[in-house]
Amino acid sequence: MAMSDDVTSPAVVELIDVEKVYRSGELEVAALRGVSLRVDENEYLAIVGPSGSGKSTLMHILGCLDVPTAGIFRIIGHDAQSLDEDVLARIRNAFIGFVFQQFNLLAHMTALQNVELPLVYAGVDPDERRARAIAALDKVSLADRAEHRPGELSGGQQQRVAVARALITEPAMILADEPTGNLDSGAAADVLELLEALNAGGRTLVVITHERDVAARAKRTIEIRDGRVWDPEDHDVGALDTGALR
Amino acid sequence: MTWRDTFWTAMDAVRSHRLRSSLTMLGILIGITAVVLTVGIGQGAQATVRDQINELGTNLLVVSPGSSTSSTGVRGGFGTVTTLTQADAAALTSNVAAPDVQAVSPVSTTSAELVNATTGTNWTTTLTGTTPSWQTARSRGAVLGRFITAADQRNAAPVVVLGPDTVTQLFGSNDPIGSSVTYNGVKLQVVGVLQSLSSAEQAASNDLAVVPISTYAQRLVGGVSRNSVSSIYVKATSAGTLSAAYQETNALLLNTHHVTTASSADFSIATQQSILAASNTVDNTLTVMLAGIAVISLLVGGIGVMNIMLVSVTERIREIGVRKAIGASPSVIRRQFLVEASVLGLAGGLLGVAVGILGAVLVPQFSDQRVILSIPASIGAIVIAVGIGVVFGVYPASRAARLAPIDALRSE
Repeated sequence: MAMSDDVTSPAVVELIDVEKVYRSGELEVAALRGVSLRVDENEYLAIVGPSGSGKSTLMHILGCLDVPTAGIFRIIGHDAQSLDEDVLARIRNAFIGFVFQQFNLLAHMTALQNVELPLVYAGVDPDERRARAIAALDKVSLADRAEHRPGELSGGQQQRVAVARALITEPAMILADEPTGNLDSGAAADVLELLEALNAGGRTLVVITHERDVAARAKRTIEIRDGRVWDPEDHDVGALDTGALR
Repeated sequence: MTWRDTFWTAMDAVRSHRLRSSLTMLGILIGITAVVLTVGIGQGAQATVRDQINELGTNLLVVSPGSSTSSTGVRGGFGTVTTLTQADAAALTSNVAAPDVQAVSPVSTTSAELVNATTGTNWTTTLTGTTPSWQTARSRGAVLGRFITAADQRNAAPVVVLGPDTVTQLFGSNDPIGSSVTYNGVKLQVVGVLQSLSSAEQAASNDLAVVPISTYAQRLVGGVSRNSVSSIYVKATSAGTLSAAYQETNALLLNTHHVTTASSADFSIATQQSILAASNTVDNTLTVMLAGIAVISLLVGGIGVMNIMLVSVTERIREIGVRKAIGASPSVIRRQFLVEASVLGLAGGLLGVAVGILGAVLVPQFSDQRVILSIPASIGAIVIAVGIGVVFGVYPASRAARLAPIDALRSE
């Protein structure tokens, strides 16, 4: 699965009228009601919105963790609806690096093993993946903590290990879901600086957050409200009822 | 993901839940131990029977007194009347009537307390009255001194040949030849010691006292049926003439007993084959029963594996979600859990075989049961254990593989 060599720099991800409806028994909950969005290469995008707005759902769709109920979702030029679980897993592995609010490191493995894990699934041989994992840990200044387990690391250190894990496959896009949500301000600033350095290095960075000061650092911000992209300009002309980008 | 990585991931998971993993293995372990010991005991029992047959000789017939029909038409049960006599044995020695019979040995036995005439040590053994031809029929002679002779037989000589175990009991390590033992006040001179039978199961055959049957009937036991015998050993000239010898013996005894229909014969003839068959039937029943227990324990062990794997999947939903988010495909997750289940099976199987071997060493220490370990059966048991891991791992593994990554990540 190589990146398209289309000269007109393709979108990393593209959503057209994406809807997502969750069903639990009789109840249907529309989490996304027609979202259109294009994220280009090397963008730094913040997605903000109150809780329950559907921004987490949007993040899961962007990350190929979930598929839309309706609409079109393309990632690196591939139509995600037509792909099976195995291909989606390979896309996640090769093109997307995840950073979660809860860190989501595997507790029984060392920092090094956690960072190596995406390369294990990519089928990289042990010597190479160890070298790359050490390099990735070095980038987040944790090379000296390589043999520590997550329980032996502070929250900020754990999140930096998670960043190292996200960058090790050199993904096209880093998806960070409330990356600073569980961190104190000092650690939060460290993690954001790391992520921004990756963006400066050419990677697309999408940060989902409800913190205004985090969002303010991004080059572009979109707000999700009630399952739609909330466009302040549309709102100014009273377009709320018809929905954004219609 | 390579198989090696899959294997080490599974090993990690097994190691990081030590107690749970060991309890799961215990189920498999018990089942595999049961399989290994069942096969071992079954083969041990068969080997025991084979040895007994070989020691008796394959071309041996044993004539036992059987049912009788009295003159009033009342039919007695097996063994109610001692219908075999020394005369029957004598008749069978005829070269004309029974040309395929090499040796005939009538035997009378009773339980008897022998006393060492010098020291007063006493020992209860099987007193056997027989003829010199016993040596030929049973393929067994004296290792010290001599066996009873035709002269002893003629004179009803007060001589006795003792089994090796009997000698140990009565004389300790002293040479018994020339010493005397008494039975019911009759002094018997020890003239020989019987050859020891090798296999452990033949212990009873090493504890006996052999006297001439004439001595037995006239001096020692007597009674109304002094001419009757407990059984007659008939040895065919070769294994090939065994059935001919059987026919001749049967015809001759029917004739001398004046029995016209074979079905009302007052004796029965057992060949080693029939004894072997009867013994095998018993052994097979036992083996099938033990195998049933083994299969049930394996089944329970397998359900244990499935149970633990299901718990493991539920407990590790978040881990599965993380693995999927960073690129594990459903087939990789399925494989990881399948390998984990088979690692549990393999470890349980290896430990089970180890405990089985230990059992095979210990069981014969505490009972007469012989256990023969079978290497193919042990390898088979390990393969079965891994197979159980795989079969009972399939359902939990596919549950793990089917988890949507997002549901898996959401779980707290």
